[in-house]
Amino acid sequence: MSKANDVISPDSAAPEHDDHHDHHDHIPKGITRWLFTTNHKDIGTLYLWFAFIMFLVGGAMAMVIRAELFQPGLQIVEPDFFNQMTTVHGLIMVFGAVMPAFTGLANWLVPMMIGAPDMALPRMNNWSFWILPFAFLILLSSLFMEGGGPNFGWTFYAPLSTTYSGDSTALFVFSVHIMGISSIMGAINVIVTIFNMRAPGMTWMKMPLFVWTWLITAFLLIAVMPVLAGAVTMVLTDKFFGTSFFDAAGGGDPVMFQHIFWFFGHPEVYIMILPAFGIISHIVPTFSRKPLFGYASMVYATASIALLSFIVWAHHMFTTGMPLFAEMFFMFATMLISVPTGVKVFNWVATMWRGALTFEVPMLFALAFIVLFTIGGLSGLMLAITPVDFQYHDTYFVVAHFHYVLVTGAIFSIMAAVYYWLPKWTGKMFDITLAKWHFWCSLISVNVLFFPMHFVGLAGMPRRIPDYSLQFADFNQWISLGGFAFGLSQLIFLALLIKACRKQGEPVSDQVWEGAHGLEWEIPSPAPYHTFETPPVVK
Amino acid sequence: MLLGTLLSASAVAETAGADSALNLRRGATDISGQVYDLHMLMFAICVVIAIVVFGAMFISMFLHRKSRGVKPANFHESVKVEIAWTVIPFLILVFMAVPAARTLIAMEDTTEPDLTVLVTGSQWKWHYKYMDTNVDYYSLLATQREQIENKFSKGENYLLEVDRPLVIPTGQKVRFLITSDDVIHSWWVPDFAVKKDANPGFINEAWTKVNEPGVYRGQCAELCGKDHGFMPIVVIAKEPAEYDAWLNEQEEIARREKEEEQRLLAMSMSKEELMSVGERVYNSTCASCHQPNGEGLPGAFPALKGSKMVLEDIEGHIDIILHGKSGTAMQAFGNMLSLKEVAAVVTYERNAWGNDTGDVIQPKDVNAVATGE
Repeated sequence: MSKANDVISPDSAAPEHDDHHDHHDHIPKGITRWLFTTNHKDIGTLYLWFAFIMFLVGGAMAMVIRAELFQPGLQIVEPDFFNQMTTVHGLIMVFGAVMPAFTGLANWLVPMMIGAPDMALPRMNNWSFWILPFAFLILLSSLFMEGGGPNFGWTFYAPLSTTYSGDSTALFVFSVHIMGISSIMGAINVIVTIFNMRAPGMTWMKMPLFVWTWLITAFLLIAVMPVLAGAVTMVLTDKFFGTSFFDAAGGGDPVMFQHIFWFFGHPEVYIMILPAFGIISHIVPTFSRKPLFGYASMVYATASIALLSFIVWAHHMFTTGMPLFAEMFFMFATMLISVPTGVKVFNWVATMWRGALTFEVPMLFALAFIVLFTIGGLSGLMLAITPVDFQYHDTYFVVAHFHYVLVTGAIFSIMAAVYYWLPKWTGKMFDITLAKWHFWCSLISVNVLFFPMHFVGLAGMPRRIPDYSLQFADFNQWISLGGFAFGLSQLIFLALLIKACRKQGEPVSDQVWEGAHGLEWEIPSPAPYHTFETPPVVK
Repeated sequence: MLLGTLLSASAVAETAGADSALNLRRGATDISGQVYDLHMLMFAICVVIAIVVFGAMFISMFLHRKSRGVKPANFHESVKVEIAWTVIPFLILVFMAVPAARTLIAMEDTTEPDLTVLVTGSQWKWHYKYMDTNVDYYSLLATQREQIENKFSKGENYLLEVDRPLVIPTGQKVRFLITSDDVIHSWWVPDFAVKKDANPGFINEAWTKVNEPGVYRGQCAELCGKDHGFMPIVVIAKEPAEYDAWLNEQEEIARREKEEEQRLLAMSMSKEELMSVGERVYNSTCASCHQPNGEGLPGAFPALKGSKMVLEDIEGHIDIILHGKSGTAMQAFGNMLSLKEVAAVVTYERNAWGNDTGDVIQPKDVNAVATGE
């Protein structure tokens, strides 16, 4: 991992070279800087702020959901609006918060980690970001249409999303198409950059793990986003143009929709967690002051997870009435995924073992990630067991499971990454007191929020209901309180980020963290507007 | 802290027994018991894995802190260790897979049933038909609207009570054929460990054999639209002799209802009676979409107040209630409502909320549309 130590002539050390346009740190000013930018750092910043704003918007919707579920009975919203909230919350968090945040990190970090001056396709990079706000404007504006926004769950099962949906379905389909195009362009850019623009000596097995995991993620994106596009298009034509892809009365099959959706949806889950694995594999070695244990097996485990992700999709559909053979196959295949995932967790623990640990904020988030993601992984293993899944399926047990892997998994890893690389981006240390408050408030509240969901799920509370029977009342109150606290905790993060962007704080060294290794820690802090215009040589 | 939570959770789960608010139920069938045991086995294995992994992690966090003055080691791979922690988890998985597969095979064996019930979901109610008899009926949420709107205090079985429960015999293998009239629903009774999707246009199978008489409650488990949270399932298991007596009684009632229907065709009902029956039917069957004030939900469900069809087209009005409108959420109510109830609700809709048409519809008018005369 830390083999990128010996760098000859990094760009910052040799500022004078044959460069005619000499745009060294000539940073454009004003709004056009952001509108027309082709700079990977600017685009990374745009992606990250966009993701954070979407995180707050999607979080506000979660607050509406938790407010309604605070007590049994209908108090605040109508069931139909409740369904719109669960649907749009899911869509925004998946496509608006987690995925753009990872793309933002990729933009900032991949070129700096492989010694490239920028992304390979800078204008496409600008496009893939700037179409995103329009996708979400369309999606959010549909909430204000007559009949309301999408209310069929983020999984939009037919025929609820076709024959039985409102007219806003057309806007939903259009916005998902735009999100898909954006993701595919982003993925192509990452792949082309990594294949063609690595610095001399940066061989495949010297690549930092964040680069590896993102490369594999990008291939997953290209493989499955077109499948999602196909699914939404068939929903569109079934609803508006009289086709019957998912309508048995016309020779179609509603369960086929689920097969198509989850063929996209399961790899999508790994799209949202593989880059997280990469991030944790950077942070744990740094603060353990010890190289990552099992670099090669980390790469192979990531690739195995990605391959397996294509043959497990129907574990989301055990109750749809599949033949016994199919149920067996998908159960065993799903169980297999825990092997490479386990390898990763063991490797992180082995990295810490006999290191010299310190607990700076990025490390705190990374440690929380390892524990809480593992809890989500273990409940995932329980869900793989088909006969028991019949009991867990579509209950709050599932809600608990996927929030452990997505919130305390993906989102905690994104926060860890931001705390880890933010000083490199701004050149200033963030407000450590605020950061620790953010961490501890988030850690406690997120567990009050999601842990009791295991219990109400096992006790029999279905998901996606606006009202529930009395036996679930106590836990739901706790869950809601945890939810409000977790939501408020993110305002601490907002305050911290605003301070950081105003360049407040102590200046940091180039390496920032004592144990940090890799090309990005050898350029100055803050990272200049243009880096590695002459490639470094990696030994 | 988290480890503590996990451990205390497992301790609570062990002591709290079958009807815990924290854990899965053991349920009322041999299969549900097997599923419960499998769940507890999986849970125990996961707790052990968690203790080992988090234990190693916490020991490392304590012993290998820089503040204790330790010097970091520099090892970064070990083929033996890595092979071990790939192979051992794999063996654990095989150990889990064997009982899981055995239970699954038993659950999916729907052959040789003693009795078959056709279960049909529709927005937002269940319909049960006992095959080889003339008994079939709808089962609707029985919780009062006022409880949901917090005007009355909530009863013990809030949202888990229905007007007509499904009744099955104990000790017999009951097979369920499960399907849907509109969107996908899912028929779930936790005590039987039966959860099967109701797919429109396809029939799924499931089965149960209940050991003890009792009342078992469940809910729809697949998002099926606005009132997904309000379509519970209640199953009463009776001793076979009691069940047979109940079924005979139901067959008798069904026969008498049919005769009553025929008798009604010959006579006329008063407008007052039609309006009062119509209001009751409207509020229990139609109001969830078209709203109690007849104004519908713009963009989703059309208004009946001032509607052209309601004000002018009597035959079309009866027809859409009997047969529904394909390609929309308007379902066919011909099987659910009697001729009298359709006549009443049509009369009510044509005279309520300022729709003062003065029309009075009789059961025979409905029958004429139903039989195409």
